[in-house]
Amino acid sequence: MKKLKVLIVDDSAVMRKIVERALRQGGLDLGEVVEAGNGAEALLEVQKGSLDLILSDINMPIMDGLEFLKSLAGVAEAKGVPVVMITTEGSESRVVEALSNGAKGYLRKPFTAEQVKERVAPLVGVSV
Amino acid sequence: MSLLAQRAAHSPVPFDPQWKHILETATLEVFQVMLGAELLPLPEPGEPRGEQTAMVGMAGALCGMTTIRCSTETAGKFASLMLGDDAASNRLLIADAMGELCNIVAGNFKAKVSSLAEQCALSVPTVICGNDYVMYSAEPTDGLRLALTYQGAPIWVELTIHT
Repeated sequence: MKKLKVLIVDDSAVMRKIVERALRQGGLDLGEVVEAGNGAEALLEVQKGSLDLILSDINMPIMDGLEFLKSLAGVAEAKGVPVVMITTEGSESRVVEALSNGAKGYLRKPFTAEQVKERVAPLVGVSV
Repeated sequence: MSLLAQRAAHSPVPFDPQWKHILETATLEVFQVMLGAELLPLPEPGEPRGEQTAMVGMAGALCGMTTIRCSTETAGKFASLMLGDDAASNRLLIADAMGELCNIVAGNFKAKVSSLAEQCALSVPTVICGNDYVMYSAEPTDGLRLALTYQGAPIWVELTIHT
């Protein structure tokens, strides 16, 4: 089975590593893991194509996760790539906004590897 | 929406001393879930000290700041729990780990207070490295302080609220 190419977007390098570790612990077969520190950097990575999955924080400087998500609508390379938003805040309205703008799921920090697996695996065709 | 716009858009939620229990629950949960670290009450709490202070601003229905303060050694332990042993000697990773922990604690606290969840925004974290500083606020403040310990070393979590 093809290894997954994943883009992880978070302004915290620590958090990007934690998300990657949680994906691996959750049993996802990761290939290349690309990182971006904000939405603007992430858009450049998306335009390079060949991504299987995007996980993005919401609260980031320069371009936040919701802006990034909305920008993906105009990027051909993003078509069909599931996006999972990661939020620190307990704001239901931001989750609803993300889902209505094309996000396929969300994770709320703090999260366990098991929760990451439950939310992400079905989106990339891995049975939970 | 900017933090200032958030503040203007919502009625203030009054300070509630009962939030101390919620802040404690939110903090213990974050350290347990994200780090597998058990924090305990500090037997003899004094004034907060330590070279690492992470801060996250809050605006909207509640205006203020969440801070976490501890020594660099303790912060290094948290960073290594998050990223592996090498992180304990990397100052940038230590600061990043502290900022992210503070961010998640603030977010988890906010999520547990129903009147704040939708009406309070968080800033991105800022971390002060060093001991010799004093923070002043232009507005009167109220607040909560948790004195905790990890492996015998103190860690303080504070919620400072502009009243």
